[in-house]
Amino acid sequence: MTTENLPELRANIDRRKLLSAIFAIVGLLSILVGLIVILALVIQLGIRGVPRLSWQFFTSFPSSNPEEAGILSAWVGSFLVMLVTTAFAVPLGVAAGIYLEEYARKDWLSALIEINVTNLAGVPSIVYGLLALGFFSHVLNLGESILTAGLTLALLILPVVIVTTREALRAIPGSLREAAYAVGASKWQMIQDHVLPYSAGSILTGVIIGLSRAIGETAPLVTIGALTFIAFLPDSPFKAEFPFLSFEWLKAPFTVMPIQMFNWVSRPEPEFQVNAAAAGIVLIAMTLMMNGLAIYLRYRFRKGIKW
Amino acid sequence: MVEEAFKSIFDSPELQLKAQVNNLNFYYGGTAHVLKNVNLAIAENQVTALIGPSGCGKTTLLRCFNRMHDLYPGNRYEGEILLDSSINILDRQVDPIEVRMRISMVFQRPNPFPKSIYENVAYGLRVRGEQRQSVMDEKVEQALRLAALWDEVKDRLREPAYNLSGGQQQRLCIARALATDPEMILFDEPTSALDPIATASIEELMSHLKKHVTILIVTHSLQQAARLSDYTAFMFLGELVEFNKTITLFNQPLSKQTEDYISGRFG
Repeated sequence: MTTENLPELRANIDRRKLLSAIFAIVGLLSILVGLIVILALVIQLGIRGVPRLSWQFFTSFPSSNPEEAGILSAWVGSFLVMLVTTAFAVPLGVAAGIYLEEYARKDWLSALIEINVTNLAGVPSIVYGLLALGFFSHVLNLGESILTAGLTLALLILPVVIVTTREALRAIPGSLREAAYAVGASKWQMIQDHVLPYSAGSILTGVIIGLSRAIGETAPLVTIGALTFIAFLPDSPFKAEFPFLSFEWLKAPFTVMPIQMFNWVSRPEPEFQVNAAAAGIVLIAMTLMMNGLAIYLRYRFRKGIKW
Repeated sequence: MVEEAFKSIFDSPELQLKAQVNNLNFYYGGTAHVLKNVNLAIAENQVTALIGPSGCGKTTLLRCFNRMHDLYPGNRYEGEILLDSSINILDRQVDPIEVRMRISMVFQRPNPFPKSIYENVAYGLRVRGEQRQSVMDEKVEQALRLAALWDEVKDRLREPAYNLSGGQQQRLCIARALATDPEMILFDEPTSALDPIATASIEELMSHLKKHVTILIVTHSLQQAARLSDYTAFMFLGELVEFNKTITLFNQPLSKQTEDYISGRFG
């Protein structure tokens, strides 16, 4: 390298740095396009809906009078359906993920199952609705109930839970597994004492991301016959007399937030559009809260766990 | 058979054989023939070192002793490793968990669990179903003392093991391996990820430990093998080339390959 070559060298560096700068600008623009569109939507929703948010809105049943209408049956319905979804999707999905990742032999069969599970995550949700209508509603005779809705959404997010569980388990280094085996642990002890606790944060994150997808689903629930107008609450799960718990609410008809929104949007009166915007804000807030919880839990579980 | 072949090596009458490797062959994934007709004897309460260039199969041989290869599909053993001249630990009828409860292992890189110092040492007892807190406390202290770590950690047993330095972590792993009173400990290049000072402390520790357990160590460092071990086996391309008392092997190697390797001509 001699001094004469320096101008050429610098020109070369400038060319390469220019390319870097161009990519940075393109990337930034791409982010802005997405962000601005979403932000505009949320702001517009906020301007229309926020004035409508009040205690009355949360504690009233739907009504033909837009000023008296509220989302009580919708948010209670969403909450209960999510409860059922969680109760089925989490144990089934996590157990299936553990089996596939830790126990199943890695042969063509498990490869086939893996491809299918991944593809299931991409199946349109309305197809799950059709399956549920035929199987849960009619064959199992569960009707148009909270239980049917919860099971349908559980099926819908099961692939997400399985895939994230497997990825979380796979991230645990082999050296820790060997360390557990080397002191005489059995396979289940290794999983229970090490792999599961260390991956719990990631698994929970996957579960909550799955649930926040489920909470916004409309199509499969419309297919199984969710009502759009419900002016009563399901049976309370708590009873004054023995055994104090009741599962009658599982059989109750229901509506959920997105369906309530859809119902209002399709009304001609502009006052109902305002109600829809307000319900939209509540739904977004619910999703954000769930995602926030996911981030918090991940942080809590990963604290002090590193390798 | 083996006892005949190695009689001249184990000349002292007090020496007991802890383990005998007879015609051991090992295949990775069913096809790669990595260990070829290995014969070896391990004396009780002595340090036996396995040396040889990279890829010679010394770590593979070490991991046969606690059936680590069982964790991965397709691996196959032939031949036997007799423990106390009675049980062939490679036998399919013998549960690998039983083997690992008798023979524990310290790995190349310190791999403590992301738990507290105490829990790391106690884990081997926990998997055995030990419930009594007093027994556990006693064993943990005993193991940490043996591993020369007690004085450094006795006031912070509940702290995460990751707060320890690399050398301390490796001594913690040794304590973890000791806590269950194993008959034998396998060391897989235990100091290769450590600095010279930490290495020295681990080596000193090992020379004390042989009073309590039989030690089999794989090492890349010839000096370490010469300093630490009583017996040394030189391996090359999956075969055991030469096995002898360490002094003899380093001073009067019988084979040309051994001589070339220990004089630094290859490896």
